[in-house]
Amino acid sequence: MSFVTLARNTRYAFGENRLTLIAVAMLGIMVVCAALGPLLAPYDPLMTNAAVKLAPPSAAHWFGTDVLGRDILSRVIVAARLDLGMAVSAVVLSFGAGLALGAAAGYFGGWTDAIVGRVMDTIMAFPLFVLAMGIVAALGNSVLNIIIATMIINLPFYCRFARAEVNVRRELGYVEAARMGGNTALQTLVNHIVPNILPPMMVQASLNMGWAILNAAGLSFIGLGVRPPTPEWGIMVSEGASYIISGEWWAFMFPGAALVAAVFTFNMLGDGLRDLLDPRKRV
Amino acid sequence: MPSLLGVVVVTFLLSHALPGDPAAYFAGPAANAASIASVRATLGLDRPLPEQFLRYVVDLLHGNLGNSLTTGQPVLTDLAQRLPASLELSGYAIIFAVGVAVPLGVWSAMKANGPVDHASRVIVTVSAAFPTFFVGLLLVYVFYYLLGWAPEPVGRLNEVNYSPPPTITGAYTVDALLAGDGGVFRAALAQLTLPAISLGLFALAPLARITRAAMLEALGSDFVRTARANGLPTAKIVFTYALRNALLPITSVLGMVFSFLIGSNVLIEQVFGWQGVGAYAVSAVLASDYAAVQGFVLMMAVLYVLLNLAVDIAATIIDPRVRFES
Repeated sequence: MSFVTLARNTRYAFGENRLTLIAVAMLGIMVVCAALGPLLAPYDPLMTNAAVKLAPPSAAHWFGTDVLGRDILSRVIVAARLDLGMAVSAVVLSFGAGLALGAAAGYFGGWTDAIVGRVMDTIMAFPLFVLAMGIVAALGNSVLNIIIATMIINLPFYCRFARAEVNVRRELGYVEAARMGGNTALQTLVNHIVPNILPPMMVQASLNMGWAILNAAGLSFIGLGVRPPTPEWGIMVSEGASYIISGEWWAFMFPGAALVAAVFTFNMLGDGLRDLLDPRKRV
Repeated sequence: MPSLLGVVVVTFLLSHALPGDPAAYFAGPAANAASIASVRATLGLDRPLPEQFLRYVVDLLHGNLGNSLTTGQPVLTDLAQRLPASLELSGYAIIFAVGVAVPLGVWSAMKANGPVDHASRVIVTVSAAFPTFFVGLLLVYVFYYLLGWAPEPVGRLNEVNYSPPPTITGAYTVDALLAGDGGVFRAALAQLTLPAISLGLFALAPLARITRAAMLEALGSDFVRTARANGLPTAKIVFTYALRNALLPITSVLGMVFSFLIGSNVLIEQVFGWQGVGAYAVSAVLASDYAAVQGFVLMMAVLYVLLNLAVDIAATIIDPRVRFES
């Protein structure tokens, strides 16, 4: 892709689709929150204050306070690092492992393909959220194991995608040429095929990120991984849920809205990235 | 069948991936080296792994999933008691989802880019970004707290005012009807409405999207053009010809929808205090009750494999072109 077309595509993706521009801005806000969280937060996210417990949103506490009088805005900001961190690490690990396994299966075929394919089929034979629960239960209830579980249930999507993309390129002219030029199988795969399948994989990863956030938050909503009083969106929604029937809506609404905003951002970003990298799929 | 075998291998591995020494865990905190060794021998943990696996399979074939540490009952009994509650909830959710998604998809396809089409596109995009549990809570806030239309989310039945119907199928609404008890039926249905809708909303989005796409393709095909040219009434064209052809993609997306429903069921049960297998599994995970969790994972995986089988069979009935290579 020449620089001119890239520039034109970028202009298209941002200009024609305002949602992508909004998504980029929201991503910026979230990255800043994740990076500088504790510095931006107006209060200490762990500081309790019985005098203002379950106070509705006000000038002093924009998002209100929870049952221990902690400032919800501060907790929502600080939680960005953990929530995005869990999802990003799971997706990065899944991306790497899925790319390696899928590319090997697609390029070498035969036994490699059969074994990798069977393992992925087995993962897909489970309802994925239930499998994630089982993995966390077996490995132990910790944030690291939430990341591992989310990585495993995401793995088949990357692996199958990489396998299909490598498979169609295996016999293409430039790959033949690379092989004729004396590259070993591994060199051909790593230096000539993989760079070409990275862009569509990136789109996949961005669309997948939202799902990873939802999964990790779902696991912490039911009480796995993150432990109170650590601020995390899923667990904050679950803590706030008890006060809905008495009408204290802010305790669950704001962390939930933060989750929705994060997922929405990555979904829109994925759509924009797809427009940018694959102009044929524009709608 | 190969997927069932894979499922059994994975649950076996999960039950043996426990952190630390499972024998020490089951022997309890007061155990000494001798009692740990005897627990290890009774559990068969001193045997080679392949033999342990064979024992595990034999146990499964006898329906033995081990005993739950928290309830003290066999896991299978626990799960069997709670499964009807979850199936009832998911059943209503899928009826709601299909009942709304298919007409919505057909309508969107017939009036592409019309207001209904735009509205359903918004629903699809938005529901992809909302966590199930958050939507469940939002519905509780709006329909219970603000509007007062829905009953308090206290589970399957408000047992202060009503007593559960005699157990026949385990599904309260069905049992209440069988017992001829209209009051309990209405109460159980009222408790079901919000959780079933919040669960169904997420199955609705992919179903509506695929229905729209499949109907657009069918309506643009040659056989529909021919049917139109022959002057057949629109209703007959849409429902007899186009929808019949669109059914195949709709059934094939059902497999994915089921995976999602079974997972989300856990979260929705948690939100609404629903006494199903999901809530049981969550408390088991938190109590480190491993046998119960593994039993739950295995049961859900088997259920999912069977549902996928049913979807495949339905596909062959709908479309004679789909046949398995024998």
